[in-house]
Amino acid sequence: MHRFANPGRFLRIANAVLPWIAVLAAVLIGAGLYLALFVSPADYQQGDSVRIMYVHVPSAWMAMFIYTVIAAASASSLIWRHPLADLVAKASSPIGACFTFLALATGSLWGKPMWGAWWVWDARLTSVLVLFFLYLGHMALMGAFDNAARGARAAAILALVGFVNVPIIKFSVEWWSTLHQPSSVLRLDGPSIHPSMLWPLLAMGLGFKLYYLALMLVRVKSELIAARVSARASAAAEAAA
Amino acid sequence: MSGFLGLLARDLRLALRRRADASLAVLFFVLAAAMFPFGVGPEPNLLARMAPGVIWVTALLAVLLSLERLFLADYEDGSLELMVLAPQPLEMTVLAKALAHWLTTGLPLIAAAPILALLYNMDPAGLPMLILAMALGTPSLSLIGAVGAALTLGARRGGVLIPLLVLPLNIPVLIFGVAALDAALAGLNPMPHIMFLGALFLGSLVLAPVAGAAALRQAME
Repeated sequence: MHRFANPGRFLRIANAVLPWIAVLAAVLIGAGLYLALFVSPADYQQGDSVRIMYVHVPSAWMAMFIYTVIAAASASSLIWRHPLADLVAKASSPIGACFTFLALATGSLWGKPMWGAWWVWDARLTSVLVLFFLYLGHMALMGAFDNAARGARAAAILALVGFVNVPIIKFSVEWWSTLHQPSSVLRLDGPSIHPSMLWPLLAMGLGFKLYYLALMLVRVKSELIAARVSARASAAAEAAA
Repeated sequence: MSGFLGLLARDLRLALRRRADASLAVLFFVLAAAMFPFGVGPEPNLLARMAPGVIWVTALLAVLLSLERLFLADYEDGSLELMVLAPQPLEMTVLAKALAHWLTTGLPLIAAAPILALLYNMDPAGLPMLILAMALGTPSLSLIGAVGAALTLGARRGGVLIPLLVLPLNIPVLIFGVAALDAALAGLNPMPHIMFLGALFLGSLVLAPVAGAAALRQAME
């Protein structure tokens, strides 16, 4: 991984792959949305409300995936002092918070007609809410120091501490059999969902993942450029003084 | 070990000399819990039903109050630098600090909890379980809180940040603490919840000093 530690090399690679990732993400999300909204059948019980699932489930996957990325980046920042890891964690946190919010909001929209309530204090919902708070704490801690490097290290430790929540979210529907339905895609005996619904879901899932990757690369790039600008500005100020 | 005991004795002596500070958390605990009957009305059955939750939530908030001071005074007067430089492992320092925090905040809360249970018309049969659950749960709160306090050293608005970091991590303690008490009051077996509280305590006992020490090291760099 230290091959990519050089910001110049990182920027070259990022610039080369970014358009491809962005286009592929747009195509997948477009195709996924078309399949989800027009082609896939309505559910025999839920009717057309089932289509919320095509946004809800990939968002929830992303919420956990991005926190895992942040935790891995934090670990490599604390252990190996990888110079880009802090930037990846910093760039990912707001995106993850948005996906978590999207999962909670779409779940709430689906819950009102299906469960009859916008919100229930079920184990899965509560643990995802905790994940949302962890994202907010991570962002707040990162921005709370005058020295950005200190904020990044403190946030890295917090991210690792908060990682205990991710397995709890994943298994909450199995440990506590409450209202939220158990997983129907990622299970040992194969997906229990019909292919006509599985394919749009997978397209959306992969599309969201690539969308996150593209957004993350753009944010890391802008952080690197901002660092370069401020270094130039201070060099210019020194030369003038 | 002598460093551990020395630090613990020093912190306890400091707390004893500023008794007003130490009693503040208990005062807040009782006062905040006494607000609820004004909010929801004095109906005895409702209050008895709410008692476990109110006692635990207000205890959670009371523990937060004193967390900011946990490392801040030592950080500001420089003694924390000496603790980091000392030959004693920093993890033991964090553990001693958390233990001192629990003895000065958690223990008084446990002592005051039966009074609140009385005010809330809770069934006295639940009292032993209340004490046991709090005795197992509040040390975890101090340990997790020590990590939050160490992480926010030197941050702007540190006092506001700590609740944001610590409260989400404290939720499991709250859930199982209330569940144990509710089970005991309903005549069910509270042992599974007590076991979870114990597991949370043991887990935070091992992990929190490591995370807290890492946080202190990066604060001192």
